[in-house]
Amino acid sequence: MSLEGTRNCGCGYGNNTEVSMMTSNMNNGCGCDTERTVDCDLKEEMLQQIRSYDFAINELALYLDTHPEDEKALCLHRKYCKQARDLKDKYQKVYGPLTINYPCNKWRWLEEPWPWERGNY
Amino acid sequence: MGKGELLMWTYNKTLQYPINIKCTDPKLAKVIISQYGGPDGELAASLRYLSQRFGMPDQKAKAILNDIGTEELAHLEMVGTIVHQLTEGASIEEIENAGLGAYYTDHGVDVYPQSAAGMPFTAAYIACKGDPIANLQEDLAADK
Repeated sequence: MSLEGTRNCGCGYGNNTEVSMMTSNMNNGCGCDTERTVDCDLKEEMLQQIRSYDFAINELALYLDTHPEDEKALCLHRKYCKQARDLKDKYQKVYGPLTINYPCNKWRWLEEPWPWERGNY
Repeated sequence: MGKGELLMWTYNKTLQYPINIKCTDPKLAKVIISQYGGPDGELAASLRYLSQRFGMPDQKAKAILNDIGTEELAHLEMVGTIVHQLTEGASIEEIENAGLGAYYTDHGVDVYPQSAAGMPFTAAYIACKGDPIANLQEDLAADK
């Protein structure tokens, strides 16, 4: 496999992706004006997926701290960061913010129970 | 700055790993609390790494201390959640039978950083010697 092949993990970094990322960041509809019905199974499934991405990102980051030249790990890190960000955007629009830097017209930070109260657990 | 790109430490409103304990067990909580604020608990681990990073000369080791010290804070929250859920809804009698009567007197339903023996958390649990090799030895011992 060529080096180019190893690099192609589908992380979407390349020619025109900066533009598409900008566009997705402009779409700031937080969903707080729309009627919400909570699908608990879907919520839990999405959250589990987010946690899985975050865990993988974190472990890859620790590995990259001591192996910064590893192209494959770097590529996987980029891929998971993008996927995690897209999924978090979707999740937060429906189920409320996961961090306080998620913009919203209504302060939904208070609505969901906290992790120790089995909210977003 | 796009969404999700942070300028500093920012809280994520989810646990690193989900915790949903259904059975109250204050006796277990009394032991597990050491992993919260005991000598080799998560608070000590976090402060150990985050304090040692300032004097670390090596680029890779600086990053590792920073990033592991940060992850330990997520572990701290998980252990605190375990203690909270294990004691949640316990009767005064159950609290007393578990040997947590004295704890309850001082701390109520809070999760206080202390060892299993009831010693309050102290920075004496960690070593920052201004010598990277000595510090890494301390880290090895603490993570054993």
